[in-house]
Amino acid sequence: MDFALILEWLIKGFILVLVLLGGFAYLTLYERKALARIQARIGPNRAGPWGLLQPIADAIKLVFKEELMPARADKLLFLLAPVITLVPALVITAVVPWGPPLRLFGREISLYIADVNVGVLYIMSVASIAVYGVVLAGWSSNNKYAMMGGLRSTAQMISYEIALGLTFVGAILLADSARMTEIVDAQRSVWFVLLQPAGTAIFLIATLAEVNRAPFDMPEAEQELTAGYHTEYSGMKFALLFMAEYDKMIAISCIGATLFFGGYREFPFLANTIFSVDQTPWLGPVYIFLKVFVLLFGMIWVRATFPRIRYDRLMAFGWKILLPLSLVLIFITATGILLSQKYGLGYYYWGIPLGSLLAGLIAIGMVDRTLRRKEYARA
Amino acid sequence: MRVLEPVIELGRGLWTTLRTMFEKPVTIQYPEQKRPVKPRFRGRHVLKRYENGLEKCIGCALCAAACPADAIFVESSENTDEKRYSPGDRYASTYEINMLRCIYCGFCEDACPTEAIVLGDQYELSFTDRRQAIYPKEMLIEALPTNGQPTPQKTRPGEFTRSVPAMKDPQD
Repeated sequence: MDFALILEWLIKGFILVLVLLGGFAYLTLYERKALARIQARIGPNRAGPWGLLQPIADAIKLVFKEELMPARADKLLFLLAPVITLVPALVITAVVPWGPPLRLFGREISLYIADVNVGVLYIMSVASIAVYGVVLAGWSSNNKYAMMGGLRSTAQMISYEIALGLTFVGAILLADSARMTEIVDAQRSVWFVLLQPAGTAIFLIATLAEVNRAPFDMPEAEQELTAGYHTEYSGMKFALLFMAEYDKMIAISCIGATLFFGGYREFPFLANTIFSVDQTPWLGPVYIFLKVFVLLFGMIWVRATFPRIRYDRLMAFGWKILLPLSLVLIFITATGILLSQKYGLGYYYWGIPLGSLLAGLIAIGMVDRTLRRKEYARA
Repeated sequence: MRVLEPVIELGRGLWTTLRTMFEKPVTIQYPEQKRPVKPRFRGRHVLKRYENGLEKCIGCALCAAACPADAIFVESSENTDEKRYSPGDRYASTYEINMLRCIYCGFCEDACPTEAIVLGDQYELSFTDRRQAIYPKEMLIEALPTNGQPTPQKTRPGEFTRSVPAMKDPQD
């Protein structure tokens, strides 16, 4: 534990926080631009070239806005809630590796903050802390809409966290490790999205619910709950909640990219070329950035496309479809791995994906059947 | 394939939004680019003049009577041949419209016997205090036409006795 090591950690942590905060600012711009393009508009283009200074203008606006606190609000929790929401979103990315070890100044520098041997578990536990912030924000505001928003989001996040956690198990089984770096290394030849397509689909759906994004943005349903748990927040406190929301998007995209889309590794067809991270290590951050960028676009795209779904259906979908499906997928993955150990790799590369797709199809079929029966009952 | 129908429906939605991404934006960059207004657009009022520069408004206050929002205030005074503002006996010495009250219904236009008040094309009205919202006659009146004389004019006696001119049917 020499001084240089502490310095290295400090610098890496500082860079990560800066990237997340800057990333938040520019993610808002990215979202507004992409939404605008989807709606055949241009989007922000006044502040600076192509609207690049828009986030700065927004930040200045938020800093100078009046901070309001509702009468009879729980002052301590009201102040603390944005912090409790934001901090997990920032620290969750500590275990995400953004590149292979670099050699700089004669030192081996690893491109992650912490290499926790139960990295995936760490993500799950930290992610669930963010729920406290949301429900406390709703409760301490002394406002019935905020309260209901907070309650809804807690129920929703807890329900979907189970399905989300079970898809993580699929990735852990495939990589034979819960360490993020080893999960990335296990995807050297084939990404887990190809081995476990239905699991990835569940992950992508559950993350939308987990970060309260459309079409699962029930906690913020404007039409019913004004703005949900952040109704009473203004100024910088609102900015913190907003920041937490977008940093959670970034963090969850990083995790998705790491668990299912090869992390910082190159595309498999680029292996053993100059573009592989083994030969040019600094491409690692570039690749993970690209993957996160695409995943974020997916979130924005879904937001622009689908209307909000009803709350009871959201719950039914989480508990009756996603949860059993993810359990079945774990079973399929584990069986495939056992069979491949006994009868060869064919079961690994073909058995697991086909079984996963089949399970997904059956789940879709059951949704379809339920919807048709409801339609028939209504007619 | 029937089983896949929910997914195909979702995919069709996603495809629709993705396709619009590559369409030309419909945005008009407003302060720089402005769309022309429609022919019957009802914007800010303009008080018209005759070709010789005399004001069409005769101060009859029918517009004020017709105004449902009570936004118009008219005060009339006598014309003389020495100081003539409009044809006929009287002219509007004060003509004020409160732009905060006005609802741009166009009833004043309909009520006007001389077609003096017209709702124009100007729609960029802004003010920073309530006083500025009251537009006086100087702001409403049209600029002098070419080879028109400014009012008050000195005119020959008996030339402008008729206050309401002969009218054509409205064109548009």
